[in-house]
Amino acid sequence: MRRLLAILIACGLTTAVASEVEIFHWWAGDEGPALEALIDVFEAQHPDVQVQSEAVAGGAGVVAKAVLKTRMLGGQPPDTFQVHAGEELIGTWVIADRMEDLTFLFEEEGWFEVFPPDLIDLISTPEGIWSVPVNIHRSNIMWYVPANVEAWGIDVPQTWAEFLEICPAIQAEGVTPLSLGENWTVQHLWESVALAALGPDQYDRLWSGELAFNAPEAMVMWELFADVMACTNPDAAGLSWQQATDLVVDGEAAFNVMGDWAAGYMATTLELEPGTGFAWAPSPGTDGIFMVLSDSFGLPVGAANRENAIKFLRVAGSLEGSDAFNPLKGSLSPRTDSDLSIYNDYIRSAAADFAVDRQVGSMAHGTAANETFMNDFAQVIEIFLDTGSPEAAASAAHVVALQSGIGR
Amino acid sequence: MIGGPERPPDPSNAMRRFTRDHLTAVLMLLPSLVVLAVFVYGFIGQTFYFSLTDWGRDPAQALALRPERAFVGLDNYARLFTGVLETRFRQDLVNLLFFTVFFIVGTLGLGLLLAILLDRGVKGEGFFRTVFLYPFALSFIVTGTVWRWMLQPQGGVNLLPTYVGLPQGQFTWITSREQIWSFDWNLVPSITALVVAAVLLMIGWSGWRSARRGRAVTFLGVGLALAVWALSGAPGIEMLPFPERRGFNLALIGIILAAVWQMSGYTMALYLASLRGIPEELREAARVDGASGFQVYRHVVFPLLGPITLSAMIILGHISLKIFDLIWAMAGPDLATTSVPALLLYLRAFRGNQFAEGAAIAVVLLLMVATVIIPYLWSSLRGEVRR
Repeated sequence: MRRLLAILIACGLTTAVASEVEIFHWWAGDEGPALEALIDVFEAQHPDVQVQSEAVAGGAGVVAKAVLKTRMLGGQPPDTFQVHAGEELIGTWVIADRMEDLTFLFEEEGWFEVFPPDLIDLISTPEGIWSVPVNIHRSNIMWYVPANVEAWGIDVPQTWAEFLEICPAIQAEGVTPLSLGENWTVQHLWESVALAALGPDQYDRLWSGELAFNAPEAMVMWELFADVMACTNPDAAGLSWQQATDLVVDGEAAFNVMGDWAAGYMATTLELEPGTGFAWAPSPGTDGIFMVLSDSFGLPVGAANRENAIKFLRVAGSLEGSDAFNPLKGSLSPRTDSDLSIYNDYIRSAAADFAVDRQVGSMAHGTAANETFMNDFAQVIEIFLDTGSPEAAASAAHVVALQSGIGR
Repeated sequence: MIGGPERPPDPSNAMRRFTRDHLTAVLMLLPSLVVLAVFVYGFIGQTFYFSLTDWGRDPAQALALRPERAFVGLDNYARLFTGVLETRFRQDLVNLLFFTVFFIVGTLGLGLLLAILLDRGVKGEGFFRTVFLYPFALSFIVTGTVWRWMLQPQGGVNLLPTYVGLPQGQFTWITSREQIWSFDWNLVPSITALVVAAVLLMIGWSGWRSARRGRAVTFLGVGLALAVWALSGAPGIEMLPFPERRGFNLALIGIILAAVWQMSGYTMALYLASLRGIPEELREAARVDGASGFQVYRHVVFPLLGPITLSAMIILGHISLKIFDLIWAMAGPDLATTSVPALLLYLRAFRGNQFAEGAAIAVVLLLMVATVIIPYLWSSLRGEVRR
């Protein structure tokens, strides 16, 4: 009996002494191994800290975010959580004073020299820097199969004008010029088109509130969008993004605008060779511009294991952590000093662009606009799909921007 | 009073025994009552309170540790029904209405048909019964995913005619943007008033026929007045500054198909049990009186299926009013043509951080479900008490 008591007390003491850190995220399934690798690096450096990996899978993060919101509202924040860097974090959590400023961490770790200044601008406000990016994805990329493009005798379009010129010829062959999937992929296409139509400076002004969505100078993006949409497949609403990519791979569509997770899908799942099995170009009209989206980790106010969370953030932003995570995730490292030899061909070409290109934020993936806007923008797209009218979509977007406080 | 042996009460310990039993009963029920009061009714009350605030409009307060909510009264509800940006909510309501009607009719009809066929004593009835019941065991997510693949315009169901040499089906199922039976949202007060007037007139007329004249006159009078107002005064009410077409989206047909496929096993089981419960003597008696097969069904069997139909309608009605995961799996969260209020609630509140508006949609849904459930509960409880 006394021995049992001693054992129980010993167990209690050990659990009291072992410290932990809770990481909240939605990477399950294919993306799980990447985070596991990052956690392995952390555990090697901090063997006394136990990592609780809280994954809430499904809905591309919608479910995880719902759980996160209920926890934060209930005053039980996780020690750190996955969040898209930029307005998704700033417009939801920073503005409500729920996050801690991480400028001190950036200074101590020397990240100001390593992360591109454009990226740091996107993830900070005048009051501070709010998260540590662990990866970078590019949104404005167009995918195609080189063999098919050659067989059809077309050139990869550099601008949307060129694309619209070759669109009827491709349609005449019974091939869809641009494949598309469900609503969010249409938003994804829209932002590439908007960037091409407006140029990076005007595009930035959309998100700072200086350019209204239905201003006369902005109508050009809606009209171009209407023209481009006429060259897409009519059954898009029933397709997932992978199915839209499959259309290109199977030769039923010529091009597809999708973020660079498509490279991971085509290289790993479909086992195609980057460069020969599939190829890429910047989405028409956006050469030299890198539309950024970034998964990152932040530090909520009131985290139970604040010191351990900060230790994790140091590892997440470090070279070792970044190079363990990104090859498995299929994304770029946000650090300009990462070891490019461990990445595949696509990532190397993207990293070269990332180092020199002008960077703007993706709306559809949380960098440029807050969550209220993103939620209601889906309806703007539906209004366009329903009415086919650029004017209706433009005024709806304007109202949505006002109501969600874009640029406030 | 339920239970208890029949004997004259003992005057000396009667009160004490009664009180102790009573006390025990109350104590046994108390935990459940407290849990219900807090977690069901308390939170319903809190949701209703939130729907009267502006929580979520100011992002600085939406997810703050102690959000400041200002009271705005019924403004969220006014926005939902008459606000310019809330067109999705109004279409969702209309979608829900059409979905509920076709889903209930389809499920009851198909279930009845299958039950009648099985009741005639086919060989391998057990096998067929199991096969028809299997979909009911699936979750809506599984059903939604499978039917989504099957209803893709380029494959699946549209390819079936090609197997018998016919051309490929052309209907675009869930991706369809067509709408039929369009009406202007501004006519909704008028249409609602007409429907309510029709119901009142029907109640009044049945009261007149069963010779409860006084009640009948009241109902008929109110119904008539409402109908007159619906046709003359109501169209003058302006809900929106411009006409808004709402109607039956053909994309819903795919969703209805999947839902009916899933739930008709349930109604088949209910009807089969009911049919088996009808005494054979009744059918024989009808046949002896010269009724044909169909007449036996129409005059003997179907009236006896009334009560089970009513309770199945209630169950199916509240399933359909709260439908969420089937739409999410089949059409995704953002497809406006198939959206329903429950989906909008989730997205508004948890993706868009508009908690007060989400609460308002929740209260509207609650009222809709209550309209279905409460009269049923009231009439069945009243029946029990009378018995």
